[in-house]
Amino acid sequence: MAQMTMIQAITDAMATELRNDENVLVFGEDVGVNGGVFRATEGLQKEFGDERVFDTPLAESGLASMGLGLAVEGFRPVVEIQFFGFVFEAMDGIAGQIARHRYRSGGSKEMPVVIRAPFGGGVHTPELHADSLEGLMAQSPGLKVVIPSNPVDAKGLLIEAIRSNDPVVFLEHMKLYRSFREDVPEEEYTVEIGKANVKREGDDITLIAYGAMVQEAIKAADALAEEDVSAEVIDLRTVSPIDYDTLIKSVEKTNRAVVIQEAQRQAGVASNVAAELSERAILSLEAPIMRVTAPDTVYSFTQAEGVWLPNKDDIIERAKQVLDF
Amino acid sequence: MAPKKKSFDPVKTLEEIESKFEMFQILDQDGKVVNEDYLPELSDDELVELMRRMVWTRVLDQRSISLNRQGRLGFYAPTAGQEASQLASQYALEGEDYILPGYRDVPQLIWHGLPLTQAFLFSRGHFKGNQFPEGVNALSPQIIIGAQYVQTAGVALGIKKRGKDAVAITYTGDGGTSQGDFYEGINFASAYKAPAIFVIQNNNYAISTPRELQTAAKTLAQKGIASGVPSVLVDGMDPLAVYKVTKDARDRAVAGEGPTVIEMMCYRYGPHTMAGDDPTRYRTSDEDSDWEKKDPLVRFRLYLEEKNLWSEDKENEVMEQAKEDVKKAIKEADNTEKQSVTQLMEIMYDEMPSNLKEQYEVYKEKESK
Repeated sequence: MAQMTMIQAITDAMATELRNDENVLVFGEDVGVNGGVFRATEGLQKEFGDERVFDTPLAESGLASMGLGLAVEGFRPVVEIQFFGFVFEAMDGIAGQIARHRYRSGGSKEMPVVIRAPFGGGVHTPELHADSLEGLMAQSPGLKVVIPSNPVDAKGLLIEAIRSNDPVVFLEHMKLYRSFREDVPEEEYTVEIGKANVKREGDDITLIAYGAMVQEAIKAADALAEEDVSAEVIDLRTVSPIDYDTLIKSVEKTNRAVVIQEAQRQAGVASNVAAELSERAILSLEAPIMRVTAPDTVYSFTQAEGVWLPNKDDIIERAKQVLDF
Repeated sequence: MAPKKKSFDPVKTLEEIESKFEMFQILDQDGKVVNEDYLPELSDDELVELMRRMVWTRVLDQRSISLNRQGRLGFYAPTAGQEASQLASQYALEGEDYILPGYRDVPQLIWHGLPLTQAFLFSRGHFKGNQFPEGVNALSPQIIIGAQYVQTAGVALGIKKRGKDAVAITYTGDGGTSQGDFYEGINFASAYKAPAIFVIQNNNYAISTPRELQTAAKTLAQKGIASGVPSVLVDGMDPLAVYKVTKDARDRAVAGEGPTVIEMMCYRYGPHTMAGDDPTRYRTSDEDSDWEKKDPLVRFRLYLEEKNLWSEDKENEVMEQAKEDVKKAIKEADNTEKQSVTQLMEIMYDEMPSNLKEQYEVYKEKESK
């Protein structure tokens, strides 16, 4: 075991797979000498050389489609998009091409590309540096979309993503990069993509979250516990596909649920979770499933992000509405 | 048997084109005129004004960096080293010309009429920084690298359709020339013979990535040739050369002769932005000091002093003025009401749609807590 931040665990996962499989390549803007703008690729070029870990010309659309091309030649590219807000430049490459490659080849061709990117609010970035765009990715069939909430999961999920023969969009919340450390196994291990994690067991209500909102949900559960409410907290870990078995099992026990996302309210992951649970577990529910989300504006200019971002108090308020229904 | 002759010699063509791009210069780094024939027609007062702007902007940059470190400014991309490419090109424009800047190009906006207070509000991520006053013909600094290039072709085509005597000018860096948007922009403007000026401020690094890794092309200017756009390489640390080339490009555009690509060789002395970039990871101090010897302020100062147009007193006066202006503007920015989420809801649409109307009440309450 070693104490690691989430970003160190991510670096460790890439180093592990670069060591394990000579077909793994890591590339993107400033990932080489500079080690990435957040230092996620720190030391990798030095250890594995610039044939395997390399800087690219500045073009996000190019990055995505270069990933596709190298995968056609049998490599397993791990592509960094510097900030996920820049993904709009790469949408065709990812959603129009990479996601459809297997389908387009009649199921005969693999597309083992990982698109990694920092995202998420609360760190005072300029526009298009903080957006939660996982909904766009989750609505693109052919992709898996993974969002870790802690160092241990991040390492295991990223190794699993790199080994996946289908493309994975791996989104790393900037606020979690260095916000806490935990014991991470130094040896290699994987965490299954598509499996949610019950972070805390409870009987009265289920709080379903992912990414940085898992921390807020846990804080809310702590506060609710002081009022004798036992909240179960589930970390989705993967937003495409979603592990409904775990969610249904929980809701059958608690009969109530709040779904939390940092993204805007309309047409998001939380809506999808609420709809599926309504369809599959209506007879277990004693109250409507409610959502905690950001409002339907562009990610706020920084001065207002404190109010814009969902937080612990918003979750508590919604949970009480559900409990008192 | 003798080897078969190749049908064509593409390397020769490439080398011929690349050899044509020599860097245009009027003032060398010692402030001596090396290209007398091309000296722009600027009066003494106009020369002094250009120097004043460069000195003022250098102070603004220094103050902005320290305000950022104190937490009083937000996002900031340092500009020192790029005063000639930024300000001498803007100096060649008219008020009706339209600027589409990248995020380092705030100084051009200021000299195009944007109040400094608003530049500071932009840095702080306040939407009022982006509410440009009537007559400031410019878009807000673009965050997505190169996106402004295609938009410039659109603005320029619009200017042409309206029959205005104006141009659209845009700025990106060396990294920006790798984006698809770069090629689309110059090609659209070429296809429509639109009055556009495409500036590439080649400061040699896209964050940490050196210019050599962006492309095998010997110059960035030559990228215009493939789209049929006249293109030129200029010393971006030489204010007179930058002014002259931009002025000529503007004259061409207004005369209906179409767009120009201008590569300006320059350097940013500071980090990419103030958000944690450390240039010592990818640049050497030798390289820094080589470029500092080419400084635009140094050479223009020498040139003007030779003509008895500039003095230390004059320079100090401008520097004091700049400090005063910064102090006043930051105070105004401090006094600007903090923005709220409900205000952001109001600026999303012409008319607020039903989902936002519902959320508006919720956030009014959240804000009152």
